[in-house]
Amino acid sequence: MSFDAATQSPSTDTIAEARRQVEICNACRYCEGFCDAFPAMFAERAFGDGDIVQIANLCHNCRGCYYSCQYTEPHEFALNLPQALADVRVDSWDRYGWPGGLGALFQRRGVALSTALVAGIALLFLAQAMLTPASGDGFYAVLSHTVMVAIFLPAFLFPMVVLALGLRAYWRDVGGAPVRWTHLHRAALRAGQLKNLDGGQGQGCNFEKGDRYSQARRHAHQATFWGFLLCFASTSSGTLMHYLLGLEAPYGLLSLPKLLGVPGGLLLTLGAFGLAGLKLKADPQLGAQKAWGGEMAFVLLLGLTGLTGLILYAVSGTGAVPAMLALHLGAVLTLFLTTPYSKMAHGFYRFAALVRDAQQRQA
Amino acid sequence: MSGIETAGWDVIVAGGGNAALCAAIEAAEAGARVLVLEGAPKDYRGGNSRHTRNFRCMHRGPLSVLTDSYGEDEYFDDLIRVTKGETDEGLARLAIRQSEDCLPWMERHGVRFQPSLSGTLSLSRTNAFFLGGGKALVNAYYNTLEDLGVTVRYEAQVTHVHIENGQFEALDVTLDGESLRILGRALVLASGGFQSDIDWLARAWGPSARNFLIRGTRYNRGVVLADMLEQGAESVGDPTQCHAVAIDGRAPKYDGGIVTRLDCVPFSIVVNRDGDRFYDEGEDVWPKRYAIWGRLVAAQPDQVAYSIIDSRSVELFMPSVFPPEKADTIAGLADKLGLPADKLTQTVEVFNAACGEGTFSPQELDGLATEGVEPPKTNWARPIAEPPFYGYSLRPGVTFTYLGLKVDETARVSGPDGRYANIWAAGEMMAGSILGQGYLAGFGMTIGTVFGRIAGQEAAAHVV
Ligand SMILES: Cc1cc2nc3c(=O)[nH]c(=O)nc-3n(C[C@H](O)[C@H](O)[C@H](O)COP(=O)(O)OP(=O)(O)OC[C@H]3O[C@@H](n4cnc5c(N)ncnc54)[C@H](O)[C@@H]3O)c2cc1C
Ligand code: HEM
Ligand code: SF4
Ligand code: SF4
Repeated sequence: MSFDAATQSPSTDTIAEARRQVEICNACRYCEGFCDAFPAMFAERAFGDGDIVQIANLCHNCRGCYYSCQYTEPHEFALNLPQALADVRVDSWDRYGWPGGLGALFQRRGVALSTALVAGIALLFLAQAMLTPASGDGFYAVLSHTVMVAIFLPAFLFPMVVLALGLRAYWRDVGGAPVRWTHLHRAALRAGQLKNLDGGQGQGCNFEKGDRYSQARRHAHQATFWGFLLCFASTSSGTLMHYLLGLEAPYGLLSLPKLLGVPGGLLLTLGAFGLAGLKLKADPQLGAQKAWGGEMAFVLLLGLTGLTGLILYAVSGTGAVPAMLALHLGAVLTLFLTTPYSKMAHGFYRFAALVRDAQQRQA
Repeated sequence: MSGIETAGWDVIVAGGGNAALCAAIEAAEAGARVLVLEGAPKDYRGGNSRHTRNFRCMHRGPLSVLTDSYGEDEYFDDLIRVTKGETDEGLARLAIRQSEDCLPWMERHGVRFQPSLSGTLSLSRTNAFFLGGGKALVNAYYNTLEDLGVTVRYEAQVTHVHIENGQFEALDVTLDGESLRILGRALVLASGGFQSDIDWLARAWGPSARNFLIRGTRYNRGVVLADMLEQGAESVGDPTQCHAVAIDGRAPKYDGGIVTRLDCVPFSIVVNRDGDRFYDEGEDVWPKRYAIWGRLVAAQPDQVAYSIIDSRSVELFMPSVFPPEKADTIAGLADKLGLPADKLTQTVEVFNAACGEGTFSPQELDGLATEGVEPPKTNWARPIAEPPFYGYSLRPGVTFTYLGLKVDETARVSGPDGRYANIWAAGEMMAGSILGQGYLAGFGMTIGTVFGRIAGQEAAAHVV
């Protein structure tokens, strides 16, 4: 098995189909103002595989270009650009996730992710049962800090290494140049505002309401995104307080971990379940259909992570803590470990695509 | 389905493109009970309007995405230039003046504009581009109608207008395979031209029209227009003419739309089926000449022509939807295009020999002309010499027909005994009054929007 993520050959038929469609768009250009993907296309005349992968990762699946396209089926040109680019995107993430095959598994199969979740939770129960700490407060009475770190540090670092390799391969495929501060700045602004999901003029995307614009998906994603980051910051602040300041959990209501974690958990939970609800109303044919199940499982896993975290906080001091702790930490563990292979990878590759786009605009 | 026939419609709109939708919105906003009958299925709703990209708009200062200003007189002069004076000045100036007020109206009804598309910067002052193109505009209007509670029926083909004593009474409509007679108090006709009825086109233009491609919808078959003319409605516009441009010969018979456009002619030589050149390819900049090439190609045997370029010119124009044929020799290219190889080689050699020295400058009339060859090429005459060579086939692509109903400044249609009491027309259906010949980019949507709105207002005022 090679450690190099890009040695598997690109799935040429999805790329070929996207190229066919992109060439039609390039002769039309009506959708230029919707997003960054079109100006990126219209700067080229011929499209290599790397160009198509980059355009696919820039596309935010806002679907504006589908509903306004005069060439969608039954027209013989059969345009469905959001779907074609989603297929390329999903394939590309499969390819960049080492070891190969895991991406295809977790990204596409809701069952796989659910199974991993059950396994994760079971593992935590097992750890509790076998490694009951002699002493400790709060959670640490259930699972010692050392055990938690022993489980979660590798579970965090391993995916980061895999992702770094994947991103390196991505960067090579799309012909990326050395990254400058200005590139990161533009990319961060556009990712943070989810600019490419606003329809180009702030009117929103076309998701659960078909050809009408709506902000619902963008707002739900913002909640999920910022909620997740807050939760992540909460955990990180707890870790820092533990090691640097010697302050151990449980933390009070007005402590940094709680101030970040409670709103973060609420946002994450509402956002993720919101996204799941919207996804049920939208037309699955405008996305990567084969990945629908895996995506849905991922959204629910995020929601579950947030929800169990909130419940864990609510039940603190009661007998429900051990069970909730196993549920919550099991969800977190699954989320982390599957990051390079699940939909979670999208944030990293999309960010890379935005950085690359910033470079190309400067060129 | 029953119920619709006697539901007591105030205003019935025949058609489902831009003009029809503008009329329906105005009438509904004025309080009328409106029924829209769109002959096409929902997937293809919106006629030729779904293929459009922009709207030509007068403006006295920067307006929305439009830069600078574009005054009434300049706009009118542009129109006179393309129509060679064949226009009704009163109606034309009305359309031009009202266009300025239409743009904000369109925005209020959900239409979004974007800056001039890459490759079309020359239009950023005169033409406002729709974000997502015409289909996005059409979607916005259908959503507006839904919000207004207007009833829309798809696959509702109007076949006959019942007129008694100059008064519209009812429509015969085929809906879901059923023939219905729908009663209404006022009628707006906005069902486009007849270009998709190939038999009619062949009767009007000659049998060669059977080889023409139709750039837009297959549903504009002129059924309502023919019915009205049979009943003695006053017509306008040359019944034998259509607006045709040269498009990629591999385009589908209908609905190929914008992507089949080919802008390579000025940088090429164009030959017919026999390998002979037949017209000055470099007469003027392409936007000013592309419309005549439809006719030129239509006059060639089999209504087909071939545009030949070399590798130096391949990136000088917007890409077409189909890749060109490509070969390392002219003879090889001739084989691929199905042209006589010896003849094409000879034509290229003669042309190349006639090219003189000078600076080739693709963005302007560079005066680089041939000498001693017939027909001459008066600009961009650079030898076709650097392999690989590329070739595109060209065919006439019909945009619209000129024949329509004559209307007055209130968009009202006239019959044998003067103005009908309650029939209005808008869009392509009456555009011949203003566009007697030629075409001005973006003016089709202007006529449809201005007269669609007027027709809707007038029809509603008549009944409400
Ligand atoms: C490829 C292409 C690009 C163009 N680009 C532009 C542009 O950028 N800007 C511009 O200003 N103009 C453009 N035009 C011209 C423009 O499309 C027309 O001027 C304009 O759309 C006319 O609008 P309309 O509503 O009159 O007709 P259409 O939009 O053609 O609508 C006619 C409607 O009537 C319906 N219909 C037909 N027969 C019946 C029947 N018997 N019963 C019921 N319904 C019926 C049709 O289904 C259709 O919905 C373009 C045309 C083409 C073909
Ligand atoms: C660089 C940062 C990010 C960008 C640019 C981004 C962008 C997007 C886009 C465009 C979509 C919709 C299209 C699609 O389904 O692929 C999406 C979906 C999603 N994102 Fe993000 N994202 C980012 C980070 C995150 C983070 C950090 C989270 C939370 C952990 C998150 C959670 C989700 C979820 C749950 C979905 C799925 C929605 C669905 O399937 O309907 N995203 N993201
Ligand atoms: S999606 Fe359709 S309308 Fe948009 S640019 Fe592509 S071909 Fe044109
Ligand atoms: S789906 Fe949206 S983001 Fe993707 S290419 Fe189309 S318009 Fe752009």
